[in-house]
Amino acid sequence: MKIIKNGILNENPVFVLLLGLCSTLAITTKFENAYLMGICVTLVLIVSNFVVSIIRKWIPSSVKTPVYILIIATLVTIMELLLQYYARDVYDIFGIYLPLIVVNCIILGRALAVASKKTVGKSVLDGIGIGFGYTIALMVIACIREVLGNNTITFMDSISSITGYRAIYRVFPENELIPMSFLISPAGAFLTLGILMAIFNAIHKGGKHESN
Amino acid sequence: MNLISLFVASILTENIVLMKFLGICPFVGTSSKEKSAFGMGIAVTLVITLSAIMTYLLYYYILVPTNTTYLKTLSFVLVVACMVQLIEMLIHKWNPKLYQSLGIYLPLITTNCAVLGVLLLNITNHYSFLEMLIFSIGSSLGFTIVIYIFATIREILEKRNVPNCFKGYPIALITASIMALLFSRYFII
Repeated sequence: MKIIKNGILNENPVFVLLLGLCSTLAITTKFENAYLMGICVTLVLIVSNFVVSIIRKWIPSSVKTPVYILIIATLVTIMELLLQYYARDVYDIFGIYLPLIVVNCIILGRALAVASKKTVGKSVLDGIGIGFGYTIALMVIACIREVLGNNTITFMDSISSITGYRAIYRVFPENELIPMSFLISPAGAFLTLGILMAIFNAIHKGGKHESN
Repeated sequence: MNLISLFVASILTENIVLMKFLGICPFVGTSSKEKSAFGMGIAVTLVITLSAIMTYLLYYYILVPTNTTYLKTLSFVLVVACMVQLIEMLIHKWNPKLYQSLGIYLPLITTNCAVLGVLLLNITNHYSFLEMLIFSIGSSLGFTIVIYIFATIREILEKRNVPNCFKGYPIALITASIMALLFSRYFII
């Protein structure tokens, strides 16, 4: 429990460690994409942490990084093939950002920092925690960007081929608020993340200060 | 597409850092010093250009004929890793001085999203060989330019009085946001 909470708060990959920003910024134009990307990364992270921590004793430290990258690349390729088969729309939307999970610093970073040192159970828990933290961060960013930028919130659209129905909601009544399409643009992504990170800093460090 | 417009677009309006969010980690993480940003830029340019040629040939002459295109992620990562190692060794032999200034950045490039991103974009956009070359050089130049400008701005910002919670990364991201606005077509339309 403690490890999971650590992944969500103290070591939140996006807001604190600042890892894996490529996909974070690119994919968060829709709420749906955000949580799907989060799930993909979490799955890869858990499995890679699991595998790495099992084989950690047999890998000499000089070839650690290349071996881990190969493991992650294999897992991502499996994920790619699965999505391509079962959820073609999602695969098309993610485009190059799906194979880019390979070089997502979170996964390699956790493999090097945690999974290569700790037991299997702890590494898997760490994977779950960090994955959750990542998914939540993505969802928050996407929520802000989509609601304010497009005045909609998409729960299910491109995965409707699996779940069977679509769920896109309009948030504010029409003509009440002109959507700020700026937030959907790349510049808006940087701005949203910057401001969110500042808020997170203020709350988090503020809390730490009091306890000291 | 016209080659010149492709070149200009890949530097400015389709800039890989600000528009496609590739290579954000080194962009935000290592670019707080002007000089190191420049070194990083050169190293990335070298790696992207050379490995783009390699992967392009690999994809169209080995993976496509043997019908194993699903291996592209795996093989591209391998090519990049080998390329980085090779360039490291070559620079070490030819120019030890340059090696000393670039050396620390080279291993980091293997996990740089910008490199793999450009390689994958070459394939997904169905570029011809010449277009691929122009796009790779253009986008790595774009990377260098942006990371250099950004480092200069951050050096100035460090001396300014910024609200406490905005210090460090948040203000850097907001700077990046303004830069992205300047580079995008937002105003031109």
